[in-house]
Amino acid sequence: MAESIYDLAVVGGGPGGYVAAIRASQLGLKTVLVEEKHLGGICLNWGCIPTKALLHCSEINHLLNHLDDYGFSAKEIRFDLQKIVARSRAVADQLSQGVAYLLKKNKIDVIEGRARLAGKGKLTIEKAKKKAGEVKAAHILLATGARAKTLPGLEPDGKRIWTYMEAMVPSELPKSLLIIGSGAIGIEFASFYRNLGAEVTVVEILDRILPVEDEEVSKFAQKAFEKQGIRILTKASIKKLKQIKGGLSASLKIDGKAETVEASHAIVAVGITGNVEDLGLEGTKVKVEKGHILVNEWLETGEAGVYAIGDLVGPPWLAHKASHEGVLCVERIAKVKGVHPLDVTRVPGCTYSMPQIASVGMTEKAAVAAGFEVRVGRFPYRGSGKAIALGESEGFVKTVFDKKSGELLGAHIIGTDATEMIQGYIVARTLEATEADLIETVFPHPTLSEMLHEAVLDAYGRAIHF
Amino acid sequence: MPKPVRMPALSPTMEEGTLARWLKAEGEEVVAGDLLAEIETDKATMELEAVDEGVLAKIAVPDGTEGVKVNAPIAWILEEGEDASTLKDAAVTSEPAPKKKSPQAEEAPMPATSAPKPEAMPAQASPQGNRMGERIFASPLARRLAEQGGIDLSRIAGTGPKGRIVKRDLEGAPVTSRRGRRAQPPSCSPGEMPSFKEIPNTNIRKVIAERLTQVHQDVPTFFLSIDCTLDALLSVRKQANEMLEGTKLSVNDFFIRAAALALMDVPAANASWGETTIRQYEAADISMAVATERGLITPVIRGADTKTLAEISEESKMLAEKARAGKLHPEEFQGGTFTISNLGMFGIRQFDAILNPPQACILAVGAGEEKPIVKNAQISIATQMSCTLTCDHRVVDGAVGAEFLAAFRSYVEEPARILLKEAGYG
Repeated sequence: MAESIYDLAVVGGGPGGYVAAIRASQLGLKTVLVEEKHLGGICLNWGCIPTKALLHCSEINHLLNHLDDYGFSAKEIRFDLQKIVARSRAVADQLSQGVAYLLKKNKIDVIEGRARLAGKGKLTIEKAKKKAGEVKAAHILLATGARAKTLPGLEPDGKRIWTYMEAMVPSELPKSLLIIGSGAIGIEFASFYRNLGAEVTVVEILDRILPVEDEEVSKFAQKAFEKQGIRILTKASIKKLKQIKGGLSASLKIDGKAETVEASHAIVAVGITGNVEDLGLEGTKVKVEKGHILVNEWLETGEAGVYAIGDLVGPPWLAHKASHEGVLCVERIAKVKGVHPLDVTRVPGCTYSMPQIASVGMTEKAAVAAGFEVRVGRFPYRGSGKAIALGESEGFVKTVFDKKSGELLGAHIIGTDATEMIQGYIVARTLEATEADLIETVFPHPTLSEMLHEAVLDAYGRAIHF
Repeated sequence: MPKPVRMPALSPTMEEGTLARWLKAEGEEVVAGDLLAEIETDKATMELEAVDEGVLAKIAVPDGTEGVKVNAPIAWILEEGEDASTLKDAAVTSEPAPKKKSPQAEEAPMPATSAPKPEAMPAQASPQGNRMGERIFASPLARRLAEQGGIDLSRIAGTGPKGRIVKRDLEGAPVTSRRGRRAQPPSCSPGEMPSFKEIPNTNIRKVIAERLTQVHQDVPTFFLSIDCTLDALLSVRKQANEMLEGTKLSVNDFFIRAAALALMDVPAANASWGETTIRQYEAADISMAVATERGLITPVIRGADTKTLAEISEESKMLAEKARAGKLHPEEFQGGTFTISNLGMFGIRQFDAILNPPQACILAVGAGEEKPIVKNAQISIATQMSCTLTCDHRVVDGAVGAEFLAAFRSYVEEPARILLKEAGYG
């Protein structure tokens, strides 16, 4: 491959890298993107997108098994797990090709291979373990993402002990499943497999599931999942996981007491670690700490001209955070005016379980800890006409306001379509709306989004429908 | 499409300016580089050049309009062949009209040169009403925080989309209303006062008022005075001026250079206060106070420690002339690490100056006067000058200030040292 000189070289084609590349091209930077495996990265191929396809199917299964609630009946409801998995792969493939098209449309050169830093403004490219060329670029953006973190003694074997990768392409439905970790990934798989009929146990080392969410949401979620038959063990740690005939046996310590849980399969979902290895960082001023590259608020590493974004630089590990960082990093490089560092309190988090969970900004506890005097509003789904009409009356919306300024510090939703609705509050936060603006806003009736309004009203003692 | 001509930002901190005068009329052809208008900023009057070519189709902001926000369209240029009717499509009329100067100011952009007419008074609407007419773009939260915290949003530059003021812009903003309360003049009913005329405050006057009030209230200052004997300096100057053709060195040129050299000897006096650090400057950029009809302004002689007396002399004359004509460019009066204010020519013997923020020191120089002095029990006559250093005590302690003054005096009293440094022997 011939040597070229670019303004920007992006290493990694995930939602951080490809978005950064497209924005760079829009800004007139000559851009190249190097991707080793698949355009779209984990998000599109092994994360966000295929899991949403799977979860949708599991919700269809749930609905089909509750047809009677809506006046329908059907016999012999069956599903073909292989078709469900195949569909999720087709969805991922379609989107990956879409990314290839978008990069082409934006005149971005795409190189397949593995890139390594090789001196100032230079990358070497390796393909199939052989050197396949060099890229020179004034700026180099690392966006190599992350992979599942493993714990000693819980190393995935791909057969019975899975990471999210294997969990996404099961050859058969596990009879019973032990899920280690109750963050978004663990909870989504718990929901998926439970809705398809597996016995599911979730083990969480902290005192509540979904520990980054508001405490009330965690508590509500736990009750909802337990009602669906998911077993939840909090304050529980795994001492030993051993192979037994037909499955696994886990020795747990739950709140100080020993217990054994058996399952046919286990999913290790205890977080992720950045892909910092083999990037040619040795001898550069790029600093790595706890599996992530250290960057400043402009995503600059210690080495001039080298930047890093997304999962590679640390939490929150979210595709939209990576994309936003990619855009702001590139805009900064292109000297666009009015670029600001990312405010993580404006980054929403979503979990696509049943019920869904979505939030932005501070939890009530965090707001109080930060010294705010808060006003908290809540509105239950069962107070919403639309939710009852849909037969989806489980859940609530919660708002946290600064009593003094009326700033919306945080918002939390658990229930149907929570992930689609949270954007209302995100826009409000970004535009710095106060409670007065939200109260004045006319929401359409009947919608689930009316609950967003009511939860604001409730914070000021003015809820109408509850 | 008609192209807007926008209010330029003539300095990084400029938020609004006064459209002093149009130099082109509606209907006139313009080419890039033509002077379109004179803009009065906080500190100076500058000319606005045309960037686009075409016909100045519509003037949206008339002569003498003050408080025009940076980036607000002030006129519209039509390209050749464009029909004037396209102006209707453009948002020419939808722009909110900035507040108009009072009539007497409109006639004469330089208020100090014409006596304001008392009958213009009723035309002044209440300042509140005028403020309402200018739309300030700010988020609801920023508005509420400003209201609660007594912050004047019109003084804040927004960093949100399209310059919108957002919460982060209010962090560290000055609380104007509280200061307003503190600085309220004693009330006096109009009936007790003789008849008066009111002179509108120019931008430069407002800036002087704001900055000096703030520094006077917020900075702990102290004063150190010292007498210098000038005879040697005056004699060196006389000799030099006899030899020099053209430029004549002023006594103040010597003081500028002496101060610069003294700052190099005592760098702790060449500094400014910051919340987390004290900034000690590595060059002596000397601001020199120049009285103008519009008010005081301090053009800067940069790196005065590295310049010869002749260079300083030439530069200070040029800057003073430009200052009096109101033609200083922002880079000519912004910055500076130390200020000299000289009222000697007015016969002032000694005075205390107020700091020129953020600088930590200002030197107030009085007149040289022949005085009897006692030396070795003998009375003799010498030319003595008093100078007083005002120090920001957060940055400069008494001993540092004294050290600086001693160094300054040694250069002034032994002018050969100024010249030696100049020749590179220092």
